[in-house]
Amino acid sequence: GLFVWRLKGAGTRHLPCHLLHLCRAPKGRLITFQYFNFLKRMYVTQYNKDLSQRAKPKADPVVSPFHELLDQEKKVIHKISPVSPVHQPWPETSRRNELRHVKSPAESEASAAAVRAEPREDRQWKEMKLRLDELPGILARLSKIKLTALVVSTASAGFAMAPVPFDLPCFLLASLGTGLASCAANSINQFFEVPFDSNMNRTKNRPLVRGQISPLLAVCFAASCGVPGIALLTLGVNPLTGALGAFNIFLYTCCYTPMKRMSIANTWVGAVVGAIPPVMGWTAATGSLDAGALLLGGILYSWQFPHFNALSWGLREDYSRGGYCMMSVTHPGLCRRVALRHCLALIGLSVVAPVLDVTTWTFPVISLPINLYISYLGFRFYRDADRSSSRKLFFCSLWHLPMLLLVMFTCKKSVLDKEDKGDLLGKGESHGRAMEMRLP
Amino acid sequence: PPAHSHSDWIGPPDKHSNLRPVIFYVPPEESPLERRLREARQEAQACNQRFWARHNCAFRQEKEEFIYSRLKAKGLEMRDGTGQKATLNAEEMADFYKDFLSKNFRKHMQYNRDWYKRNFTITFLMGQVALVRALRWLRWKKKNLE
Repeated sequence: GLFVWRLKGAGTRHLPCHLLHLCRAPKGRLITFQYFNFLKRMYVTQYNKDLSQRAKPKADPVVSPFHELLDQEKKVIHKISPVSPVHQPWPETSRRNELRHVKSPAESEASAAAVRAEPREDRQWKEMKLRLDELPGILARLSKIKLTALVVSTASAGFAMAPVPFDLPCFLLASLGTGLASCAANSINQFFEVPFDSNMNRTKNRPLVRGQISPLLAVCFAASCGVPGIALLTLGVNPLTGALGAFNIFLYTCCYTPMKRMSIANTWVGAVVGAIPPVMGWTAATGSLDAGALLLGGILYSWQFPHFNALSWGLREDYSRGGYCMMSVTHPGLCRRVALRHCLALIGLSVVAPVLDVTTWTFPVISLPINLYISYLGFRFYRDADRSSSRKLFFCSLWHLPMLLLVMFTCKKSVLDKEDKGDLLGKGESHGRAMEMRLP
Repeated sequence: PPAHSHSDWIGPPDKHSNLRPVIFYVPPEESPLERRLREARQEAQACNQRFWARHNCAFRQEKEEFIYSRLKAKGLEMRDGTGQKATLNAEEMADFYKDFLSKNFRKHMQYNRDWYKRNFTITFLMGQVALVRALRWLRWKKKNLE
């Protein structure tokens, strides 16, 4: 009763219709119904806001999406903010597509209402009790599920590019294991960063910040994802992949996350975290660490820099206030140089791919336009060093990576081709030898 | 929060620290372990609140001072002809951000160490409390079944 009156006092427009329901409902259910409606609206807003998450390396460089906001730019900024500042190996390919698909007229209306309701909802006191119906949504946000999905897709790309016949059960196990490991790493990252996340616009709506879940539960969830995930990789796929997965979790949670506040070198560590999943996919398929695996890792590694550096350019105020040591704040020139350098490195790596027999020679040719475009945007960012060039570079990186991986896959050197060539050579040799024997 | 509630309540973010305050529920038969947990959480909350409120206010104040000094150097006033507050663009602010970050580096290092320690302690205590409660519940269940 008291609670209902308090809300009425707040004068929200949405409440009156719900209040009627509330009054009719039994007293015990009053609060839950109220919460359920708010949660529904919250979920819609969250979903729309979350759409622009950045791929984070298992741990997420969180990366972070955070920025100086102006009201008109709120919508666009949401795109940038959800990204975690961490370099996340997960490409954010489908994010923007998802955004387009999701924004149907009905939903945009609901989301608009939700956006209005959300700040009001935010100003209320909430009971810190775990609600089971909210749990899936909370865990999804805790594990940064969208980022995880992107990470898993880079790992699948690694698996697909490996020069072995496709093994579906192995592929599924590897993807599941990688996904679980990523969920674990992301949860631990959020567990470590609660007060910092509350102070940054991009991350202030995370479950632990809002008190929707206790830290203990977050850690238990991380353990219950990480242990089976790594076990699955070690026993179900191969020990090398499991070791890489465990190492990546460690690198993300124990190296990258604390380093974010200590030195700008965190960006490089985060790039490695992002590069490991495709290597894991490759080793899952072949069982060994070949040059091709390292090449794929190298491509993801180089991609992280234009992606993250462009993102962090708009978040300098939040980083400075939050105490995060990022290149964009302390060494802005270096930030832009590194981004450009790695855009150009992507071109170089694309040329190396056919040399290592990973793809045919059509790959560097077809990928040249997109690589040149991102390098051009990288150059513009280097020269202009302003908000618009950084945003252009960031958004380009979002579609550049999936497209590059797709082109790479279509230009993959077929396993059969190699076998045939081998056979031909063998036959040719034996033929030659036969000829030689007859000659004398 | 309502008086009859048996759980903690979390409020909206604080204006200065951006942290959400928690009102802890004190159960009538609180065990010493539970009390330790609650006190640890209260202490961490107070400490965090102090740090961030002070830090954010310092940031705001220093930012204002920086803008004022830069505008003065350029020969402009805080508010232009139309009464709008004059601001500096992002590139000019970048110097301030860099400076602020390096000035507060040591403070952040200390806070980080402190926060990690507190976070682990609190979570560990939560684990202990949860374990004790689970064992108590199992014992109660067994007693009921007998």
